[in-house]
Amino acid sequence: MAGTLSIPERQIALLLSGLLALLGLVMAAAARHGVMVVHGAMALGLGVVLIFIVGGALYDPAPPTDRMRRYYDAPTRFGIVMTLVWALIGMSAGVWVAALLYWPEATPLWPATSFGRLRPVHTTGIIFGFGGNALIATSFHVLQRTARARLADSVSPWVVLLGYNLFCAWAVTGYLMGSTQSKEYAEAEWYADLWLVVIWVTYFILYLRTLARRAEPHIYVANWYYLAFILVVAMLHIVNNLALPVRLTTAESFPIWAGVQDAMVQWWYGHNAVAFFLTSGFLGMLYYFLPVRSGRPIWSYRLSILSFWGITFFYIWVGSHHLHYTALPYWAQTLGMTFSVMLLVPSWASAGNAIATLNGAWHKVRDDATLRFMFVAAVFYGLSTFEGSFLAIRPVNSLSHYTDWTVGHVHSGTLGWVAMIIFGALYTLVPQLSGRETMASPRAVEWHFWLAVAGTLVYVVSMWNAGITQGLMWRTYQESGALSYSFLESVRAMAPYYLLRTIGGALFLTGMVICVWNCRATMRVAPGAATDHPLVAQPAE
Amino acid sequence: MSGTDTREVDPVTGHDTTGHNWNGIKELNTPFPKLVIWILALAFLYSVVAWILLPAWPTGRDYTRGLLGLDQGTEAVTGFREIAAERQGWLDRFEAPDIAALQADTGLMRQAMPAARRLFDDNCAACHGTSGQGGPGFPVLADGYWLWSGDPAEIALTIRHGINANEESRIAEMPAFNWMSAAERAELAGYVATLPKGDADSDSPAAAIFSENCAACHGDGGTGGLGVGAPSLTDVSVLYGQDAATVLQTLTHGRHGVMPAWAGRLSEAEINLLALYVADLAETKGEVAK
Repeated sequence: MAGTLSIPERQIALLLSGLLALLGLVMAAAARHGVMVVHGAMALGLGVVLIFIVGGALYDPAPPTDRMRRYYDAPTRFGIVMTLVWALIGMSAGVWVAALLYWPEATPLWPATSFGRLRPVHTTGIIFGFGGNALIATSFHVLQRTARARLADSVSPWVVLLGYNLFCAWAVTGYLMGSTQSKEYAEAEWYADLWLVVIWVTYFILYLRTLARRAEPHIYVANWYYLAFILVVAMLHIVNNLALPVRLTTAESFPIWAGVQDAMVQWWYGHNAVAFFLTSGFLGMLYYFLPVRSGRPIWSYRLSILSFWGITFFYIWVGSHHLHYTALPYWAQTLGMTFSVMLLVPSWASAGNAIATLNGAWHKVRDDATLRFMFVAAVFYGLSTFEGSFLAIRPVNSLSHYTDWTVGHVHSGTLGWVAMIIFGALYTLVPQLSGRETMASPRAVEWHFWLAVAGTLVYVVSMWNAGITQGLMWRTYQESGALSYSFLESVRAMAPYYLLRTIGGALFLTGMVICVWNCRATMRVAPGAATDHPLVAQPAE
Repeated sequence: MSGTDTREVDPVTGHDTTGHNWNGIKELNTPFPKLVIWILALAFLYSVVAWILLPAWPTGRDYTRGLLGLDQGTEAVTGFREIAAERQGWLDRFEAPDIAALQADTGLMRQAMPAARRLFDDNCAACHGTSGQGGPGFPVLADGYWLWSGDPAEIALTIRHGINANEESRIAEMPAFNWMSAAERAELAGYVATLPKGDADSDSPAAAIFSENCAACHGDGGTGGLGVGAPSLTDVSVLYGQDAATVLQTLTHGRHGVMPAWAGRLSEAEINLLALYVADLAETKGEVAK
């Protein structure tokens, strides 16, 4: 890392590392309770490690003078490693909590191993750790290639990546210690949220500065999506996390929202996290890696435009479909429902555009597991967006809401779409960044593909069955007007599906372990840097 | 940028490219498929129809009410009342003061017991077990041993007001005997542990301590049955455990078990129905309505 920085950049990096260590020290010293002390110590530890890394290399030889004429891929490589690390953490936590739902009595007496604490570790580890690192890492790669410009500076990519991973680590270790602000997908407490704002703004500025330096006249679609992801996630994160800390020296806080407004803000955030984190960002990934891997032009530029603005405009309205039949006013529910239905059109236009792009490359889809990952991702994107619009229709939602159908729907999106497109991108990017033609083991990619597909199908199908069974059991009345089933009976009926779900998740995790091993083997024997499209000469700094 | 603005024709689809080129990525200038436009129009039409029929757009302090005039609060209450009306026919009869008499009506009981089982599962099973098998601190309901009484009216009273839950509840307090010496408590605990076996030494000093301190609630010799919630100590049923160690803990710290009051959560008829179900559960050893 330090070797790729110039001497003045190393000095800035050293200063920032010192500031981070100082921040950690102040937090740890001033905090009154355990969680913040631990988090301060973590920041202090990271700062000290960085001081040693950067300080130790402060007067090493400067990087080659032609470095400004090459893409800056070291942050991408680090981001990929963190993607893999978080994948293992998040998916293991997922399989563990899935197993606990089947064997609840197996919960150890240690609270940190319980469902309540580990469920947010699973969701944060996957969405922010695995998904977020993949998005940041690929966005740096895609941005540079499609703008034909090196990242605007060499220090801020590290600030973004290291700071972001510190946020993720704060979040999940906080949950393990029982610290949460109890907002789904936004459980991290106030100081972690503030920290993420700083990191995210740095990311946004870096992205814009690099884009401003582009040597291409047009901005490629992938960058529209990555930018929408960065901008809207910042907006969502700030508004939903507005809170008053109980004290500046404790982790606890109160959200400024209350009642149904709080619920609406939460689901405006929650659904648009799905939209702009799990959809926009990953569509950016798809729009770059699919044409690169298939060697085919994007099928329709016009459809890209329609999809982008359709997705961006419609999604922001639909959060209220999470609150059908609640205290939220009916009119807000109707709007959420109708915009969800209209949203299907740009969603399917995107999926269709991706699949039509493969026309003329179907033989590659057959032969190349990496491209097949992307194809399956596009198919699952289409399936889960259809399902999403369907579930948002009020009467359908009356059956599906609060059931495991929702869990199945989310996982058809996250396993089938998000994870698959990440795998496609990883298997394209890792060999390229290592200066190789292929992954260390192409056969392992095949194994991963089939394990991932099998795991996803087992998971999703079992949750569909579970959810519909639950929904029907809860609403069935006898002729006498009494309920046909007690809630307990519906819980007992879930046992086979919960077991199957655990098996599906375990298959998916197995594939992930193979992927991590394969990526490590590929990156370890790396002979050199990426050899692709040359950067046009840029003015010296 | 040279060469990036040249349009070409894609041989596979026959469409022009847009002339852009990003690191080798090109785009086709394929026009919108008509289908997309039609589906978008259809989805919009669906939305407009929904907006006309249902409450939809906010207008300052009000909102468009929709031609159907639907209100989800009214809908929920109406739906609830409809289902409740279906139940009234038979459920109303359980409001009778003499519910024990209803047990004789086998037709009614056959109709009501499955519903009673749902009620039991949803409200009682979390503590008392799905077949009334109980657990540490939660009495077994399926064994025919009673703390208060097996009479359905008495069971209904317990369900209605609970135990140690509010001022109308039954009160059951096992006081702490921590003022006794540790040796006395240990001796007493050992004595109580032998009571169910029937070979307790009634001449021992512990027996004397028992009759002075315990018999007032638990009865002479610990036979219970005084209707004050103090269990018999001579039968096989236990609440917290009757091994010497658990009894010692009970003696030292006392017990103050709570059963919540269900009045207000369940209707009077539902409470009576549950009381009959629980009474039945004891008679059939948990086999009722399975």
